[in-house]
Amino acid sequence: MAIDTLPESSLPVTRPFRVKFGFLTSTPIIAVATVCLVLIILMAIFAPLLAPHDPLLLTPAQRLKPSSAQYLLGTDAYGRDLLSRIIYGARISLVIGLGAAVCSIGVGLLIGLVAGFFRWVDAVMMRVMDGLMAIPAILLAIAVVSLSGASIWTVMIAITIPEIPRVARLVRSVVLTAREEPYVEAAISLGSSLPKIMWRHLMPNTIAPLIVQGTYVCASAILTEAILSFLGAGISPETPTWGNIMAEGRAYFQVKPSLIFWPGLLLSIAILSVNLIGDAARDALDPRMKQREGK
Amino acid sequence: MTTTNSSNVVLDINNLVVGLGRKADAHRIIDDLSLQVHEGETLCLVGESGSGKSVTSLTVMGLQQKGTLVPSGGSVKLVGEELLTATDRRLRQLRATRMAMIFQEPMTALNPVVPVGRQIDEVLRAHTDLDSRARRQKILAMMEHVRLPDVERIFSSYPHRLSGGQRQRIMIAMALVLEPKLLIADEPTTALDVTTQKQILTLIRDLQRDHGTAVLFITHDMGVVAEIADRVAVMRHGRLVEAGPLQDVLRTPKMDYTRNLLSSVPSLVPRAPRPETSEPVVLEANELSKIYRERSLYGKAREVAAASNVTLTLRKGRTLGIVGESGSGKSTVARCIVRLIDPTSGGVRLAGREISDLSRRLLQPHRQKIQIIFQDPYRSLNPRVTVGESIAEGPINYGMPRKDALARARELLELVHLPPDAISRYPHQFSGGQRQRIAIARALALDPDVLVADEAVSALDVSVQAQVLDLLDEIQRRLGIALLFITHDLRVAAQICDDVAVMQRGRVVEQGPAAEVLTNPQQAYTRALLDAAPGRGWDFANFRPVSEGIVATA
Amino acid sequence: MLGYLLRRILAAIPVMGVVALFVFLLLRLTPGDPAAILAGDNATPEQLDRIRTSLGLNEPIYIQFYTWVAKLLHGDLGVSLISNKPILEMIGPRLEPSIAVALATITLSILVAVPLGVIAAWKHGTWIDRFVMGLSVLGFSVPVFVIGYVLIQFFAIDLRWVPVQGYKSIMSACAKAPPNSLSTLQAAACVRDSFGPFFERLILPTCTLSFIYVALIARMTRASMLDVLGEDYVRTARAKGIGETGVLLRHALRNAAVPVITVIGSGFALLISGVVVTESVFNLPGIGRLTVDAVLARDYPVIQAMILLTSGIYVGVNLLIDVAYTLLDPRIRY
Repeated sequence: MAIDTLPESSLPVTRPFRVKFGFLTSTPIIAVATVCLVLIILMAIFAPLLAPHDPLLLTPAQRLKPSSAQYLLGTDAYGRDLLSRIIYGARISLVIGLGAAVCSIGVGLLIGLVAGFFRWVDAVMMRVMDGLMAIPAILLAIAVVSLSGASIWTVMIAITIPEIPRVARLVRSVVLTAREEPYVEAAISLGSSLPKIMWRHLMPNTIAPLIVQGTYVCASAILTEAILSFLGAGISPETPTWGNIMAEGRAYFQVKPSLIFWPGLLLSIAILSVNLIGDAARDALDPRMKQREGK
Repeated sequence: MTTTNSSNVVLDINNLVVGLGRKADAHRIIDDLSLQVHEGETLCLVGESGSGKSVTSLTVMGLQQKGTLVPSGGSVKLVGEELLTATDRRLRQLRATRMAMIFQEPMTALNPVVPVGRQIDEVLRAHTDLDSRARRQKILAMMEHVRLPDVERIFSSYPHRLSGGQRQRIMIAMALVLEPKLLIADEPTTALDVTTQKQILTLIRDLQRDHGTAVLFITHDMGVVAEIADRVAVMRHGRLVEAGPLQDVLRTPKMDYTRNLLSSVPSLVPRAPRPETSEPVVLEANELSKIYRERSLYGKAREVAAASNVTLTLRKGRTLGIVGESGSGKSTVARCIVRLIDPTSGGVRLAGREISDLSRRLLQPHRQKIQIIFQDPYRSLNPRVTVGESIAEGPINYGMPRKDALARARELLELVHLPPDAISRYPHQFSGGQRQRIAIARALALDPDVLVADEAVSALDVSVQAQVLDLLDEIQRRLGIALLFITHDLRVAAQICDDVAVMQRGRVVEQGPAAEVLTNPQQAYTRALLDAAPGRGWDFANFRPVSEGIVATA
Repeated sequence: MLGYLLRRILAAIPVMGVVALFVFLLLRLTPGDPAAILAGDNATPEQLDRIRTSLGLNEPIYIQFYTWVAKLLHGDLGVSLISNKPILEMIGPRLEPSIAVALATITLSILVAVPLGVIAAWKHGTWIDRFVMGLSVLGFSVPVFVIGYVLIQFFAIDLRWVPVQGYKSIMSACAKAPPNSLSTLQAAACVRDSFGPFFERLILPTCTLSFIYVALIARMTRASMLDVLGEDYVRTARAKGIGETGVLLRHALRNAAVPVITVIGSGFALLISGVVVTESVFNLPGIGRLTVDAVLARDYPVIQAMILLTSGIYVGVNLLIDVAYTLLDPRIRY
């Protein structure tokens, strides 16, 4: 009998599991989300060109004005232009979202890889991670910020810390599953060194789940930053952030609800877009991850 | 028993077509299939993986994946009633009352969070008006009928408390409690050990005889076919290849495919022994033990000896088989020898050098002398690394320049009969058998003295299995490599091994030349294993019973 | 069973230890003089001294930790820097609103989310499934306070169905009587009279907070049900000829339950964070407001106590959930 059929040699040599970004347009909803996110990013980058007024300029005579030709969305309680503040507010949200995602993935990946491979580190690190996870994220963040003073850096660190355990656990679980794979055992018997096994056989397994997790961290960081600002424990109030605008709007909620609704809407769209892209990325890159949907 | 009187046809499949999806030009998983199963008869549906035999059975039950597998033509009649057009409600009424099914994996086919008695009870509650006492009595009677011990206790047990054989008996009790006309058994013994398999096969046979049930028995194993079939139907790529009474198909198969399938089945009669050699010993295991301690916070630690005092010797160019049922410790021994796990005590000498107590770093230079091939060809190659890189990984680790290592990979691919251009492809582009060849090439890249094959052909279809076994044989002859072959399949062991060690519960119970151990076993356990091997009376490759072969050669 | 429980309880100890250590080190590792950080920029030397003595900042660090933990174990959470009252006394009256909102949210969320998740999984790929999934992404994405203000605008301001903000205790009808002087019968009558005002002020906060929790649980229920519906035993159940409802509820849901209650437990941290925000939006005098006020006033002992308390609640809830596992899945016992 002939050898079982070989693939046609004309078959293209495809690289499996390479990260492709085609999923960004896979459905109309995802495409809309992508467009929204791109628009918000552009708005943040070109804020100085787009904003009609200085977001910090106080004009007490123009307090709480309704929408007009001069102030498209009206003014806040200090007479600052709401539209300009919202446009600038995108900057903080995106920087914090991206920063927290990169930092938590960097630190979490390191902890997860080490914990997945060395048993004694694992025992200690996972207890620490359990402890960190037991502290509600908002409380942990406001405690850090209230002690070390509110700057964009402390807020970012405060938001990153509670995200680290989730990333570390994810990486660890991927490593623990992957190291049981026969191909990892084969690499051991081929005499491959530990760093080589980690880099070549274990690390690649973590990329897809990490991209997905990164988008979720990004969304949750934007949300947490807004909540911190809203509670008065975030970046200093005169800085235009969406959370700050809403926090100031609380007192005038019954007079001028748009102070809360406009930034709230933009904030929701930003987070929604990132989350939708995250879900699409998960479906496209890592079908297995549907099962462990711990967010 | 094989009366082919059309009046008592229970299952009548005519020109069945099942497509993948609803489109008219959809790929046909089942193509123009016609079968009949009669009252009191067992029809074995045989085929390799992907032949469509399981889809056939699920389609009869109406359990195929809705929307994905769409029956688009032909008819399926159960005692004259058309099933393909029946309503969901009618199908539900027919299930368990007229037709019932048992599945391959008894471990997963029962709901883990419901006691088994209640799972049988559900059948009665859904289809009868009996009160709870009557139902309980009927269930207990049925459980005794399928020869379960201590039925009162098992009635209220959860599935994880029962052995695989017991669970399959529960499945059978559940299927037959309402005495259906048709029983579909989809590889019901494939996941079981041979001794359990024999009991379950006997049970199905006896129950069928008592109740006159028609049985559609799906299997890939010719041995099982020879044990249980009245008639045989061979399937390939969704089409019927041939069908006929058991004796006719096994003795005078009409189609080439059937002939090939039969001649690929390894014989239980050991191959002619090779002359003893005085080649040097390359691998020795001395009193090797592996004990797992299950520690618990309170109470005493429990010790489980996965292997105890295993002593083995392997000479250059020879093949030593370790055979045994699941849980016998044969894989543990293999993994200890390759040092994927550390033995608890005892020694492993590789080319005269003790390696069992070496640290990871000191072990490094010795690793290349012993290599391993795993069971699952789909998981033993990193899906993200090209075939060439996989094969070259070992030589590069031992200092060979990358270019030379890749050149060597090309040679090795040729050695395992794969085209050299496979080097830049990824594993997902290859079939199971091809991947196993790649795994062999990767193991050979380091010129090992010993190759350990851990159930290396168990996941392969029988025709592919035969090719891989031939390849291993050829490589051994060309390179003089020593082979440690771990398998649960006595047929495979009989065809490839010079010596055999039989393991049971972590111990070697019998050891010696394959021809001796497999034809004249000294230990009761070995005898029981051989007795339980399905179809042991048949020499499939020569299309005759073994007894006729002995007469012919005498 | 007992051993399993004991193991779970012992495993909770290091978790709380890490929380305590983290909370303790947070103040000490922040660059600068802790007393100065807490007192703010305009503090007098006397104020600084008072803070130092109050927190024992003059002792070596390990002694500080030891005395702090020893006090904690005796139930002494310390004293507020602002009001000088023992923190335990400050927390007591604040518990009722927080517990009321949390319990109502959990109940409502489970009642809504589990059926949604089951139906979405059962009708996998249909518009119902997409609707539920869309709703759950929305729940994750819209901040709690935005939802809160939208609900206030619509139901309290436009429709005037419920009060805008505030809280009425379930015992508010007899608030003037000292609590221990009431007989059981009087207390029951009191609860009956004050239930209306209590309940109508609870509706909006509960709905607000339920959004995210429903999203979390529905998503997990759907995912877990989808996994289970592909299992062999579900096919076995269908092969028995029992109806779809039986297959879904008796066979699938029970097996899908473990990941769902796991996420209910791990989502509890999210719920606590949500309570903090919701109390601010709706002006509820609960422990969330206490925490936010403490943060704004830099009342670190109170912040510390609140983190310990909420983490303790989280660990406790997850302990209960570990126990629930043994009831749901016979394989987990021992």
